[in-house]
Amino acid sequence: MDENRNIIISAKDVEVKFRVRDRYLTAIRNVSLDLYEGETFAIVGESGSGKSVFTKTFTGMLESNGTISNGSVMFHGKDLTKLKTDKDWEGIRGAKISTIFQDPMTSLNPIRTIGSQITEVIEKHQGVSASEAKKQAIEMMERVGIKNAADRFDEYPFQYSGGMRQRIVIAIALSCHPEILICDEPTTALDVTIQAQIISLIRDLQKELKFTTLYITHDLGVVANVADRVGVMYGGQIIEYGNVEEVFFDPRHPYTWALLSSLPQLGVKGEDLFFIAGTPPSLFNEIKGDAFAPRNEHALKIDFVQEPPFYRVSDTHYAKTWLLDPRAPKLEKPEVIQNLHEKIQKMTDKGGAFHVE
Amino acid sequence: MSNENREVILSIKHVDITFETGNKKKLVAVKDANFDIYKGETFALVGESGSGKTTLGRAILRINPCSAGEILFEGKRISGKISREEDRNVVRNIQMIFQDPAASLNERATIEYCVSEGLYNFHLYENEEDRVAKVDKALKDVGLLPEHKSRYPHEFSGGQRQRVGIARAMIMDPKFIVADEPISALDVSIRAQVLNLMNKLKAEKDLTYLFIAHDLSVVRFIADRIAVIHLGEIVEIADSETLFRYPLHPYTISLLSSVPMPDPIVERTRRHIDYDPSVLDQSGEKRELREIRPGHFILATSREYADYEYKLQSM
Repeated sequence: MDENRNIIISAKDVEVKFRVRDRYLTAIRNVSLDLYEGETFAIVGESGSGKSVFTKTFTGMLESNGTISNGSVMFHGKDLTKLKTDKDWEGIRGAKISTIFQDPMTSLNPIRTIGSQITEVIEKHQGVSASEAKKQAIEMMERVGIKNAADRFDEYPFQYSGGMRQRIVIAIALSCHPEILICDEPTTALDVTIQAQIISLIRDLQKELKFTTLYITHDLGVVANVADRVGVMYGGQIIEYGNVEEVFFDPRHPYTWALLSSLPQLGVKGEDLFFIAGTPPSLFNEIKGDAFAPRNEHALKIDFVQEPPFYRVSDTHYAKTWLLDPRAPKLEKPEVIQNLHEKIQKMTDKGGAFHVE
Repeated sequence: MSNENREVILSIKHVDITFETGNKKKLVAVKDANFDIYKGETFALVGESGSGKTTLGRAILRINPCSAGEILFEGKRISGKISREEDRNVVRNIQMIFQDPAASLNERATIEYCVSEGLYNFHLYENEEDRVAKVDKALKDVGLLPEHKSRYPHEFSGGQRQRVGIARAMIMDPKFIVADEPISALDVSIRAQVLNLMNKLKAEKDLTYLFIAHDLSVVRFIADRIAVIHLGEIVEIADSETLFRYPLHPYTISLLSSVPMPDPIVERTRRHIDYDPSVLDQSGEKRELREIRPGHFILATSREYADYEYKLQSM
């Protein structure tokens, strides 16, 4: 990638295991990822692909039965996988790396005022007085678009709508000016109209406060809107990554093809929508070869035998599929996602289904 | 398609639904809903959370009482007080598919029981053999296997659980199905499977769907006609193509503009239009649902109606 850009966090060969009823399941299988300062990286995948688990290693928030069994996560010269206690994490989690979760109803405390939940973070991490913290909190509330912030400071979460609650969660996450903001499905629980507002709010704040954003989502529409770069996750691995244009317009992994093809936006009325048959692999078993092979109609023989390496498509675009091997047969991506840009352009141009004035 | 010659299966006539919120205050959840659903179509009700779309769906199933107006099913009133026999008739012929398949199935019951429950309640089987045969067929129809019968809901993936939810509704051999956000809780790839399945079953069993959703991109694919509901009021009704082609109400336009498109270049220049009710006529004239083109209804005052007419002509 851009050589003169600074890497802010670097995960290398991360493996995460969970102990479940005396059995081990491998949720993350040797994932490496570098994030560049100031960029927005989106991780996309189905539920169970490991996208949340992977980013939880950045903040030490794995469930208690989970361990990082291999690899490193380097952040400011420190290996985050070596941190153990909550005390070790002080000064990083919440201060330098913050997370916004999916459901604003469960991430706020229902019996404490909005104001106290924001000031708590500011007081703890910045060590300022209560009145200074309140001043900063109200400023932050205004910044995330809460009108009459001072009046609403003493209200409770139930007095806020879902979109407003998510704005508060964003205010809390940003109140210590983190360097990295992890957004874990931040809009999945929200309505589409509110989703659009929250996404543009995060983008505006990012421009202003210059943090790095890591989005986790299953919605490729959201990815197209927010991301500079995209990583596609399947079966506990990143299987393709690249600049957002590369992944949408020139996807190489059959799983990326399948994900794009099953979008309802591309469906034709009266015809069946494309869908991915079968279910994701069980992570209890050792996965042999390409994890997607059993569901992949384009699977090659070798996909069932040996795990593919990453092949280089461009300096910024890599995909982990045997299809890119020089010996592999030449396969065209599915018809429905060919000329994707022209198709979508037509849908949003005058006369198209998604055109608005 | 001309709507005049089509058979109306369900008719919602000026329905209000209100809830008492204590202090003698009333919350009007649905205001003057008035539309027909034709036999064999998929009618979508689209709106954001709190718009009253689920409330209206539940009123059809006699779960929420109407405070004004009435609902007719096959020409017979099914809202308000009706005989016990008619009530059972409604329950049998109108089934519901719920949003969250994990929450809507009894986690302590086997799939066999979950799917048979309706049969038990209505004694819709001649003997044990007949019941088992019916369950097997219902499971097969939704793409599950008879050997899944003895399993429990937690042993299934989200998509499979939703199939069980659908089998449970289908085994009653209903005529009308209220599907309340049936795919919102599912992953993208599984959504497509469930939508395809619903389309297939509709064709095979001659069903009519009321499809409740918040996502216009899904609705475009599955619905024949769409009603947009905002804060309890239906603001626009049109057939699917028309609604996307000639959206008139500013709220419909806002909803359309917020559907994310899977194209980074397009998304960069696309503008999200916030819904701003202040652009509407503020004269205080009562709004009515008016038919601006055959089959295309819009909630408007007379001045707004003239504006929409002008807009349509320039489109």
